Amino acid sequence: MIVQKTAPPDQQPSAFAFSSENQEKAKAIIARYPDGRQASAIMPLFDLAQRQHDGWLPTAAMDYIANMLGVPRMRAYEVATFYSMYNLAPIGKYLVRVCTTTPCELRGSNEVVAACREALGIDFNQTTSDGMFTFREVECLGACVNAPVVWIGDDYYEDVDADAMRKIVADLRAGTTPLPGSQKGRQTSAPINGLTTLKEQSV
Amino acid sequence: MLQDKDRIFTNLYGVHDWRLAGARARGDWSNTKALLDLGRDKIIEEVKASGLRGRGGAGFPTGLKWSFMPKQSDGRPHYLIVNADEGEPGTCKDRDLMRHDPHKLLEGCLIAGFAMGAHACYIYIRGEFIREAEHLEAAIAEANDAGLLGKNACGSGWQYDIYVHRGAGAYICGEEMALIESLEGKKGQPRLKPPFPANMGVWGSPTTVNNVESIAVVPTILRRGGAWFAGFGRERNTGTKVFCISGHVNNPCNVEEEMGIPLRELIEKHAGGVQGGWDNLLAIIPGGSSVRMLPRSICDTVLMDFDALAAEGSGLGTAAVIVMDKSTDIVAAIARLSKFYMHESCGQCTPCREGTGWMWRVMERLAKGDAHVEEIDLLLNVASQVEGHTICAHGDASAWPIQGLMRHFRPEVERRLLEKQRATSASQAA
Repeated sequence: MIVQKTAPPDQQPSAFAFSSENQEKAKAIIARYPDGRQASAIMPLFDLAQRQHDGWLPTAAMDYIANMLGVPRMRAYEVATFYSMYNLAPIGKYLVRVCTTTPCELRGSNEVVAACREALGIDFNQTTSDGMFTFREVECLGACVNAPVVWIGDDYYEDVDADAMRKIVADLRAGTTPLPGSQKGRQTSAPINGLTTLKEQSV
Repeated sequence: MLQDKDRIFTNLYGVHDWRLAGARARGDWSNTKALLDLGRDKIIEEVKASGLRGRGGAGFPTGLKWSFMPKQSDGRPHYLIVNADEGEPGTCKDRDLMRHDPHKLLEGCLIAGFAMGAHACYIYIRGEFIREAEHLEAAIAEANDAGLLGKNACGSGWQYDIYVHRGAGAYICGEEMALIESLEGKKGQPRLKPPFPANMGVWGSPTTVNNVESIAVVPTILRRGGAWFAGFGRERNTGTKVFCISGHVNNPCNVEEEMGIPLRELIEKHAGGVQGGWDNLLAIIPGGSSVRMLPRSICDTVLMDFDALAAEGSGLGTAAVIVMDKSTDIVAAIARLSKFYMHESCGQCTPCREGTGWMWRVMERLAKGDAHVEEIDLLLNVASQVEGHTICAHGDASAWPIQGLMRHFRPEVERRLLEKQRATSASQAA
């Protein structure tokens, strides 16, 4: 099992509040759940808070959201530390997550990890000194026929090999966002050398 | 081989428009009101007649599951939950269904929800599928605007709303009781059954949890008839199925095929064959990482359906075929899966929380040859003590890959250990 730890006090902001735009979004999110069941909104609200706060979730935001939803703070901490997508400490501008579970491993994720490690000059769970990149190993991302898969920001980079990994890092460093999806240019999850089904489909 | 005219997911690869206009052109939402007018009982009857078994892994008959919902509400609302927390290693079919054919799923949600007396549906999608969730949200907005969902869904008089709930990175939330806990805003730790969700699910209300593919095939089954769907595959193993073929094949891909297609044919027709040819095949995990692997000898002839794979001590699971050729370090490959199960254990039950880590550490040593031969039996003994002794099936799923490895590749594991021992003692003697 994994249990994440919250950032040390010297990194924690003293307070957190949703921006007025996010307050409106929060209201709409809470309204998705039945009356009296607003506690269900805790996960989407954590996500919203994390996006507002440079990609990580401070303790003050957990308290703020617990208060907003009327749930005990302890429950908010339980949720925040249980799920791996909440970043509980500051991260780099780009969070580079490489899947290494067996289907990716069979297709060469170890080489992708090595290339990424070299290109970034850091190991797993570290952030580059310029604050640009944080590097993580993750478990199955659910895109196994497009392995190896690398997840950056909100997008998947698929069919990645060592060269593609180096190029992605170089592009991000240069300030351009590489095109997500297959890095071999194939149509999503279709066979790379041409369709074996749905060939006649017109719509 | 299944013909294109009988494929349900005609935009599987996202070649065409996934939005409402494209979906309508492919026949979705065309006569939904008429399908709803069949009535609850007839819909469930037709789904039962199709022989559809749950596509999320367990293979429980879908129509039967729906019939467990109370016929009359006792005042509590009913809920349909779609399990889109796709995370079983090897599996990536629901992702394609949601990003390329979201309306097929939504129409299925309406019909299935109506058949179980629900007015609301929550699609619990894994948090990593951010773009897929965006497609679903956009499709829901389109359907609401077009009156296909909402107060008077498709003009049927039935109110129906669909909401997307995003997870946040926890494999265990694919377990239905953990999913329900998570939807309630808690840690995803499975609940004991009973009570079953049909009696007391989310927010204490009758709930049915179905896989994405199970729901998305329903509109087509109703349009073309349960008998049409039941005409594919074998008895008790009917229909079409989306397979995911990953690992050491020339062209990894997703493909919709007839249930019961021979494993070899599936790989050679659609995935371009095993790298280096069929004779280069070592083993295949046929249904996602949780099922036991099959050695080459079984792969030669086995059919891809629930009963044929169960008869070989494995399972169809999610129909995610992970192919390993002879270059694979099979022990390391399974050790990596053990690490996965350790990482994803929710920590609630002691046998799983402690056992998954223990098994991973032993597997790592076995992979390096840094263990004694007797430890294999000890490992199998511990695996059997984790299996069946936990609230949910995560404990079982962590034991099965190891059991599958030892059943078919024990001599290889032993050879590795003895070789290392010989090398060590030789270097000590010298």
